[in-house]
Amino acid sequence: MINRYRRGLFIIAFLAAPVTLYLVYVISPYAQAFYIATTDWRGVTATPNFIGFDNFVRLFSDSIFWKAVTHNGALLLLLPLLTIVIALFFAFLLNVGGGGRGAAGVPGSRFYRVVFFFPQVLAVAVVAVLFQQVFRPDGSGMLNGPLMALGLRPVGFLSDPDVAFWSVLGVMVWQAVGFYVVLFSAGLASIPRDMFEAAQIDGAGRVSLFFRITLPLLWDTVQVAWVYLGILALDVFAIVWVMTDQHGGPDFSTTVMATEIYRNAFTYFRFGYASALGVVMFFFTVGFAVLSLRLSRRERIEY
Amino acid sequence: MPNPFDPPGASSDKPRLSRRELLRGAALMPVAGALAACATPAGKAPAQSAAPVATSAANPFGVAADRPLEVWIFDGGFGHAYAKDIHQPLFATKYPKVEIKHNSTKEITKVLQPRFAGGNPPDVIDNSGAGAMDMGALAQDGQLQDLGPLLDAPSWDDPGTKVRDTLDPAVIDFGTYDGKFHVVGYVNYIHGIWYSQKVFRDNGWQVPKTWDEFVALCETIKKSGKMAPFTYAGKHPQYLYEPLMTMAAKIGGKEVLVNLDNLEDGAWTAEPMRQSAAAWAEIGAKYLMEGTAGLDHVQTQTAQNKYKVAMLPSGSWLENEQKTTTPADFEYGMFPIPDFTSSDKLPYGTLHSRPGETFLVPAKAANPQAGMEYLRAMLSKKAAGDFSELVRTVSVVKGAGEGRPLSPGAKSATEALAAAGENTVYFRWRNWYAQLHDEAVAATGELMSGGLTPEKYLERLQKKADEIKGDSSIKKYRR
Repeated sequence: MINRYRRGLFIIAFLAAPVTLYLVYVISPYAQAFYIATTDWRGVTATPNFIGFDNFVRLFSDSIFWKAVTHNGALLLLLPLLTIVIALFFAFLLNVGGGGRGAAGVPGSRFYRVVFFFPQVLAVAVVAVLFQQVFRPDGSGMLNGPLMALGLRPVGFLSDPDVAFWSVLGVMVWQAVGFYVVLFSAGLASIPRDMFEAAQIDGAGRVSLFFRITLPLLWDTVQVAWVYLGILALDVFAIVWVMTDQHGGPDFSTTVMATEIYRNAFTYFRFGYASALGVVMFFFTVGFAVLSLRLSRRERIEY
Repeated sequence: MPNPFDPPGASSDKPRLSRRELLRGAALMPVAGALAACATPAGKAPAQSAAPVATSAANPFGVAADRPLEVWIFDGGFGHAYAKDIHQPLFATKYPKVEIKHNSTKEITKVLQPRFAGGNPPDVIDNSGAGAMDMGALAQDGQLQDLGPLLDAPSWDDPGTKVRDTLDPAVIDFGTYDGKFHVVGYVNYIHGIWYSQKVFRDNGWQVPKTWDEFVALCETIKKSGKMAPFTYAGKHPQYLYEPLMTMAAKIGGKEVLVNLDNLEDGAWTAEPMRQSAAAWAEIGAKYLMEGTAGLDHVQTQTAQNKYKVAMLPSGSWLENEQKTTTPADFEYGMFPIPDFTSSDKLPYGTLHSRPGETFLVPAKAANPQAGMEYLRAMLSKKAAGDFSELVRTVSVVKGAGEGRPLSPGAKSATEALAAAGENTVYFRWRNWYAQLHDEAVAATGELMSGGLTPEKYLERLQKKADEIKGDSSIKKYRR
């Protein structure tokens, strides 16, 4: 009895600090955002007025916010798809696809594995500023310099509204791929080697090795990656805010929900309205999380 | 609470922390945090002002001799040394016991918005730059001190003259929100087309007086192959909508801009706006430097300093901003927007000028009297003159630049302003309606790159203006 009591005390002692911190710094601001969303608070006064659901009614006709939602939607589809396909391809090459007998990576795979991880190590703001230079529209841009030397017209990677969104997507994929190569490599390492060898003896080539063995056995990991990348796509902020012209431009062509929330709060000083946008974004994110957990229920494979 | 980050030995008089004490401190921290981590505003009563001090002609606001003064300066194109080296020493000559707490930041909103929400804002703020706080929100919520008494106070230099009479009248127009004077613009921003006098002289290019001459000059420069004719800060298209507005006013008179400010129906789609938009769209289609759309103000201005482009629209802060990259013999010059036709409503030389670098005193500051007195010191002839000489710009204080050596660009702008006389124009929707500004920025970029026709461009802005007009949550202003 005493023992159990002491054990409970021990657990509580360890949990008290993190739970308190979580309640104070995460849950309580969330709850307060719901309240602020129903006020006309402009961020500078101590006495906001309660205005009910006016902010939510207003956001239904906010064309820029809905444009931002479609951008998040497009990222939600494309970012996981591209990242996972590329990462799987590289992970397969690094671990299994080396050809020859047994399952080994291509020559130099250890070196590549480290190189792939580099983008993940850089802070998002650093990546954003780096790519501003890569995408520069004149001769000193890393991409446009060679194009112009070949006599082609420079591409407005960040200044052409038809191209800018794809540039943002490209940078996000570039930064994310490395981590998922490592994640999938770890997943591959847990698949017993003899499975690959058995398949090879049965005459499987690289393609059928990938689709018949690697992919099915990695499915759990792929699903985890999908959820992570989906959340990344929904709460993207810094890369857009720092890298693009006019923070989500040109002409709002790259704006996302988080940048609109920031803009409404800190540029327009409409903290109440911005909180309402935040509440909507919260429901989108929770919706995605619930949906993806539902869809990914599946029995585990025991080796 | 003991500070666990004190390096050992740094404070030998304090007892060293035991491990147990440290843990206890750590356990208490979340509780302290819980009190501070409020996202919602605290309905705290404003700090009690101490008993008022008697006012006099020399001390018109009743500044207490020993209460500290907290100053926040925007650290932008002008830096913040001017406040420390010019304004604060001047203030201190009169109030040596007032401790001045000088601060500077590039991000005014991030640092100071929480102070307003918490009810303890500082005493003087230079609310400028891209991260400036929205004046409308501050004025609406009664956060700004009424600076009317400052205007009617005797000036720092001469007890016989009111501060009001020492200032460019536009300062008072611009600083007034709902009939109350709240904000002091300290610098006269003069807008125009900037070029290198040396380049024009060497190539025999003339400053264009009419739009046709301007287009012809662009053609000549383009054909010469020496440099591109024109550019603007493509990442920040407000640099281009500025001459577009000025030219519309020149064609159709000051009321074109007044109508925009007042959100009148059809103000954007008016004929002068259409002519101006079409004219600038043509420049965008034919004469822009390669890659303009993706470059910012520093990159385009530096390209001009490297003689890669001849002309760009900017304001009188340009020369100071570029001082590190400008060749010694560059000789900045500025010319006003050329005549569009011979029947323009406003004559040649019409300029867009507006007071900028805006200073305010929060109503809930701990020491607003000293804040106002600080502004009064800033508006003295000596302080304003020293300031404009240091940062190479034009002051709003009358006669502050007299007898001081001017750099070529400041001289050119000052002369243009004198020549313009009464014919200066301005618009205020940029500050009143931030959403309209963002839409205009986005649309102007599209206009210049050919993504929008002039008609579609104006329709789009008209639509946004109508939206704002119909939005009850946005406070409306009129002029």
